[in-house]
Amino acid sequence: MRLNELKLGGSAIIDHVEDHTAGDPVAERLRALGFVPGEPIRIVAVGPIGADPIAVGIGFTRFALRRAEAARVLLRDAA
Amino acid sequence: MSVLNAALVGNPNCGKTALFNLLTGSRQKVANYAGVTVERKVGRLTTPNGLAVRLLDLPGAYSLVATSPDEAVTRDVCAGTYRGEPAPELLVCVVDATNLRLHLRFALEVRQMGRPMILVLNMIDAAKRQGIAIDVPRLSAEFGAPVVTAVGIRRDGGQQLLQALDLPPPPPPAALPPGSDFHAEARRILADCVTRPSRLGLALEERLDRWFLHPVWGMVILFALMFVMFQAVFSWAQPVMDLLDAGTAALGQAVGAVLPDGALRSLIVDGVIAGAGSVVVFLPQILILFLWILALEESGYLPRAAFLLDRIMATAGLSGRSFIPLLSSFACAVPGIMATRTIQNPRDRMITILIAPLMTCSARLPVYTLLIAAFVPERRVAGLFNLHGLVLFALYMAGILSALVVARVLKNRDRQEEHPLLLELPAYRLPNPRDLALGLKQRAVIFLSRVGSIIVTVSVLLWALASFPAPPAGAVGPAIEWSLAGRIGHWMLYVMAPIGFNWQICVSLIPGLAAREVAVSALATVYSLGAADSDAASQLLPLLSAHWSLGTALSLLTWYIFAPQCFSTLAVIRRETGSWRMVGITAGYLFAMAYGAAFITWHISLLLGWGGSP
Repeated sequence: MRLNELKLGGSAIIDHVEDHTAGDPVAERLRALGFVPGEPIRIVAVGPIGADPIAVGIGFTRFALRRAEAARVLLRDAA
Repeated sequence: MSVLNAALVGNPNCGKTALFNLLTGSRQKVANYAGVTVERKVGRLTTPNGLAVRLLDLPGAYSLVATSPDEAVTRDVCAGTYRGEPAPELLVCVVDATNLRLHLRFALEVRQMGRPMILVLNMIDAAKRQGIAIDVPRLSAEFGAPVVTAVGIRRDGGQQLLQALDLPPPPPPAALPPGSDFHAEARRILADCVTRPSRLGLALEERLDRWFLHPVWGMVILFALMFVMFQAVFSWAQPVMDLLDAGTAALGQAVGAVLPDGALRSLIVDGVIAGAGSVVVFLPQILILFLWILALEESGYLPRAAFLLDRIMATAGLSGRSFIPLLSSFACAVPGIMATRTIQNPRDRMITILIAPLMTCSARLPVYTLLIAAFVPERRVAGLFNLHGLVLFALYMAGILSALVVARVLKNRDRQEEHPLLLELPAYRLPNPRDLALGLKQRAVIFLSRVGSIIVTVSVLLWALASFPAPPAGAVGPAIEWSLAGRIGHWMLYVMAPIGFNWQICVSLIPGLAAREVAVSALATVYSLGAADSDAASQLLPLLSAHWSLGTALSLLTWYIFAPQCFSTLAVIRRETGSWRMVGITAGYLFAMAYGAAFITWHISLLLGWGGSP
């Protein structure tokens, strides 16, 4: 399962972040921001139109990202 | 005496700027780094033992693997490879004690630079309130550098850091072997040194975000905030503006009474006092606008607004990231265009730069305010709203909507390309009065020095153009008709008459190139020189309503929604994009839109019978 498929209020553990292009800068940045294997993540809000972008809580920080960006994040143990 | 070169470095939202303000107070210099438009802030401070420190506030960065010009500056200055910037002798790395997981990773990355460093645990008070216990001596041992705690928003919150600066600089900390996982190392250190309650102390954020990020209520709150902001600009500032207005008029009269009749009196009263006075009046409005924007910025709300508006911006081919530079452009397009450097996608950045001048900047406010006051009746609408405020709101909306349309039109090719949003939603914070006051002071100084330099110079120049040559003996009509300015104005009528402008407006548009608000002082100068009565500047408002048709006023208002004339904006676009072509495109399309929209407005007004003399 990928982060863009997680529902509002849902939580999961990050498995890994995959590159969509060679040296994908978005994936690189996601990893720097703490989207690393084993980290719990949950969806705290979704945008007003088309439920895009999403706001996620990870560690002690919240990030807003578009679903297309979230599709790089693979999850396990979704609840 | 020796001066220690130190640099503050840290994640965005680590409270670095508040700490910088606390340490250096008003001894700050804000400029740009050579060659780029990244803001460079340097301050000076003296430690308790009398050591002088030159402190550089580096742009916030998430990583030294830079993805924006901002982060590249931080990386290069830390590495000591930035041209024209001495390598810092000490790195003061600031981390938010409530968000160590993210911030400590960056501190580890900074540690790799192999420079002497001090780690500052900022917002230690908030961490204590959340029940986070940090073993500082242990953290210092594990991290390999001195660690101090700080509270950037408390008056004595920087004491420990000041004392640490007095000690001889620590040896450079040991770096990890290349290719190490900083996240893993941060986790290891945190597991050793930090204990926190199992339930995360995010209850406040949770509750607030439930409202602020709500699909319906979030939008309602956002719209209400923007609306109140523009109402406030109009109604709160009025009493102070009236005072300033009365003050300049009194000054003009007092000075006029002392000086002998002649060219000097005309220069001082009509040129300098009328020119500067008519613009200084708008200081309260500009400060209120900046206060709102600064407060929204400090509170952590702006990224939430970017989140809510992302999809709307996407319809224009942009991302929510463009919202913050565009909001700053309401104050002035120059900082707005500079703020676009946080947009990673180069095409998004270009489009944001192109449409930033369509956001009504505070320099247009004087023109709007004057014309609205002269031509729109003072009335309450629905018993609640001020009609003046409503018209102002409509003008702002017109700018925003045309910006969306322009962005949409520019979004032709490469649709597959991604426009990343990826934005941190920082913790909510009550804006700190000291930081707000400092920000406002900097704005007021910039505005007043503009009045002092550009506006007075231009007013005096215009006065000269409008006074010479003097009319020949026996000439009829006001003297200004014979002057150089009068002639230029009449020539411009060939182009501008079809949009309903008179020659006085044409004259005032030329100095408006230097700064848009100068158009008002120019009108004041043109009309006060044209009038028999020397105190006409204070009566600009009734003069305009007596001389202009409603159609002319509406046409000028429409022109100013697009207002292509602003040298500073064009100059910053040149600097920011390095391309004269972008400057040409911006000026060209703004002029075409201004002319087209004013043309339509004027002709509709003619059809409605608003084109005649009042």
